[in-house]
Amino acid sequence: MTWRGRIAAIVLVLLGLLPWYAPWLDAAGVISQKFALTLMTRVLILAIAAVSLNLILGYGGIVSFGHAVYIGLGGYAVGILAHHGFTSGFLQFPVAIGLSALFALAIGALSLRTRGVYFIMITLAFAQLVYYVGVGLEPYGGDDGLTINRRSDFAGLLPTRGPDKTTAFYIVCFVVLVLVLGLVHRLVNSRFGMALRGAKSNEPRMQALGISTFRYRLTAFVIAGAICGLAGALLANHTEFISPAMMHWTRSGDLIVMVVLGGMGSLFGPVYGAVAFLLLEEFLPGLLKIGLTWLHDGVAAVLGPGAGALESWLRLAEYWQIALGAILILVVLYARGGIDSLFGRSRHG
Amino acid sequence: MTLLIEQTLNGIQLGLLMFLLAAGLTLVFGIMDLVNLAHGSLYMFGAYFCASFTAWTDSFVLGALLALPAALLLGVVVEVIVVRKLYRRDHLDHVLATFGLILIANDMVRLVWGPDGRRIPLPAWLNQPIFLTPDLPYPTYRFAVIVVGAAVALFLYWLVTRTRTGMWIRAGASNRTMIGALGINVEALFTLVFGLGAVLAALAGLMAAPIVTVSIGMGDNILILAFVIIVIGGIGSIKGAFIAAMIVGMIDTLGRALLPDLLKSFLSVTAANTAAPALSSMAIYLLMAGVLVWRPTGLFGARG
Repeated sequence: MTWRGRIAAIVLVLLGLLPWYAPWLDAAGVISQKFALTLMTRVLILAIAAVSLNLILGYGGIVSFGHAVYIGLGGYAVGILAHHGFTSGFLQFPVAIGLSALFALAIGALSLRTRGVYFIMITLAFAQLVYYVGVGLEPYGGDDGLTINRRSDFAGLLPTRGPDKTTAFYIVCFVVLVLVLGLVHRLVNSRFGMALRGAKSNEPRMQALGISTFRYRLTAFVIAGAICGLAGALLANHTEFISPAMMHWTRSGDLIVMVVLGGMGSLFGPVYGAVAFLLLEEFLPGLLKIGLTWLHDGVAAVLGPGAGALESWLRLAEYWQIALGAILILVVLYARGGIDSLFGRSRHG
Repeated sequence: MTLLIEQTLNGIQLGLLMFLLAAGLTLVFGIMDLVNLAHGSLYMFGAYFCASFTAWTDSFVLGALLALPAALLLGVVVEVIVVRKLYRRDHLDHVLATFGLILIANDMVRLVWGPDGRRIPLPAWLNQPIFLTPDLPYPTYRFAVIVVGAAVALFLYWLVTRTRTGMWIRAGASNRTMIGALGINVEALFTLVFGLGAVLAALAGLMAAPIVTVSIGMGDNILILAFVIIVIGGIGSIKGAFIAAMIVGMIDTLGRALLPDLLKSFLSVTAANTAAPALSSMAIYLLMAGVLVWRPTGLFGARG
């Protein structure tokens, strides 16, 4: 096993065992169990979405700037069905996945005709189109969104309320992530995946070999959309709330950031990306406060009282997005391979 | 009838504002091949600069005139520090890095100007109706926006088609390597074009400011609309951007104004009022999808 494989396995085991060592972390005063599980459930769900985007972005070279639309579609499928009393997960999840696949088929069939920046923009436009449909859906809350009163019901197999709810749902999300990783692994190493990757690196050559690159791209696009719709259905269950904001274009941007931050075209990269991005979002203000305290103490040691009150320094940590943006720019300019490339060379180069 | 004329003028006004925003975007894309998501942030900075300078000088016109060089300076600084390093990268890198710039810009504005929105007060002479015909009043300010927007559009047309700088810009759009070989300072030209784009975006932002509230993230949604416009028009084409901006301005304004009445005939009043803006926004994206399916490089575009 390579170091890349070992580290991926360690991260996966750490994620999978969280419900068992979270109480221990809670007892040690590191982090509250409920908070840790809620945060990491979100990480797992967005990791699933990022893995699906990586299938087309990383392996297929298809820069879709509207991937969050499938999160929205999956979420709205669950929310609207629940709103009308259809709470069975056996109905909601297939609808969520099927609806996303259908939209991906339509969007893909139209937009994969275009190239380059036109493709980026047309996927963005379709996502905005669906976003505005969400805004216009007055019966389902319009811009304000819709609260889901009851989580998807899997014939009582999963606790939908009570204290076990959070843990059980975390485990479900983890299992789904592992299954999706397995599926994507199988896909990209199959003949299908070869053709997809071939179309990315040398399209005329693939066509000369008699392969319809359009069809392969479209198939990948639909699979990615369906998986992301699944992530959306999970997210709606997690937050028990849906709103058009789930599919705002900046959410699509977040997904691209996760994929690139973690490592494009590496199976496990998007998982690192989702973990890193969401943990940064959560803990960057705290980290900045620690840094600012050191800085303040340093300046105070030189200038004395001239350094001003610590509080006014700590206020700067509110503006942590400046740091996040700077990190993003630095990653793009100087660390193109993402987190995964730190652990060794990728097989796919 | 009066309503229709008034709304048509509003459509022209929105179209011209969108054109100013889209022109900079399409120039930057056509010449430097750069996808600049942070263009909307320059629009936002234009509005905030104008709000501050207006408060400082007590005059909207002076505030606007001071905001433009400030935006130019900001554009040049951003180009030299970050954007310049992106020209040789692919579009995905542009999207990511300029997405980072948006995060920085929004929090910078929050840090400097605070989280609350601002209104820019208009001077009295702009804040009254003008009578286009004896029984057709129209807000003077909106009329002024049309005049300024049209003047800037004509100036841009003159700049690009009639001057030496414009010749370089057009040459740069068709063959970057060649104009470098012909002894044009490509680096300076790129900085100039980015600065010009920043000024146009800021002008659009500060002219929109008295109509909408100046707020954080005001550029984020309008940016997508500007992208739609340059994609419909064909990337790199000023003419395409102008025509597409006019179409989009008209669809958006007329849709918002006329659709609610149309929808009320078969929907409830609140449902019609929510659905109408959503429908007119959707119409714009449908138009773009239609154009791209029909002509994958836009109406007047040549580059893929």
